[in-house]
Amino acid sequence: MDLTSSKEAGLQIVTVQETRIDAAVALAFKDGMREITEDGDDIVLLDLNHVQFIDSSGLGAIVAAMKNLGKDRRLVLAGLTPTVDKVFRLTRMDSVFGVFSTVEDAVAEFGG
Amino acid sequence: MEITLTKRERLHPFTISLPGVEGAVRNGLAQTIEKLAPLKLSADDKGTVELVLAEALNNVIEHALAATQGTTLIEVTVRHDEKGLHLTITDEGVPMPTGQAPGAKAPDVDVDLADMPEGGFGWFMIHTLAEEVQYERIGDANHLRLMLSLDV
Repeated sequence: MDLTSSKEAGLQIVTVQETRIDAAVALAFKDGMREITEDGDDIVLLDLNHVQFIDSSGLGAIVAAMKNLGKDRRLVLAGLTPTVDKVFRLTRMDSVFGVFSTVEDAVAEFGG
Repeated sequence: MEITLTKRERLHPFTISLPGVEGAVRNGLAQTIEKLAPLKLSADDKGTVELVLAEALNNVIEHALAATQGTTLIEVTVRHDEKGLHLTITDEGVPMPTGQAPGAKAPDVDVDLADMPEGGFGWFMIHTLAEEVQYERIGDANHLRLMLSLDV
């Protein structure tokens, strides 16, 4: 699972460099997120703008990544493409995560 | 005012088959979407078809075919009529334990972080996105019939 990480004031941005988070990669995504967010900032912004498709396994893996951060850290999302957005809205998971249209919006909210 | 109507071709019913293993799902979905090209579906409808079919295939592989590890095939038959798109997913795995498709109940997300559900969304999404969901065990095979009323 290709994940890249960058820093902004006050938050870590993790970008998924793949087009799908589905059953085939859900486990690799969970493991990758655990590794890349270790010792990071309290707020982790998951940038999903390259992701065109997630299924319920992918959704579960994102939830698992949030739970793994623990209650003192937060996972927020940005860059949801239409089908990904549909999955979050249908399952009401959009109410659980903070969801931002763009990475810039999230950085403006949390940064500096 | 000029109204442009996109002329749709008729979709000939088709069947694809894929090995009943996790790694084959992406290809099965891509093949299905490609063969739906004559319907000129919107991006939104394509997303709906792909989601519903992905959840159905994942369920078959995780449950019905859990023990066979890709040694048997799953068949997906697709046809379109005035009601919508009809998908039939057939496998020769173990039957549904209850004899019917699981229900439409959404997992509760108004819970503490530690209790947040990581699964159970698949059938909820299938029921939410499909107009009709019918399961039948015929002989040694599971038949799941889904009807999607699409905006075409």
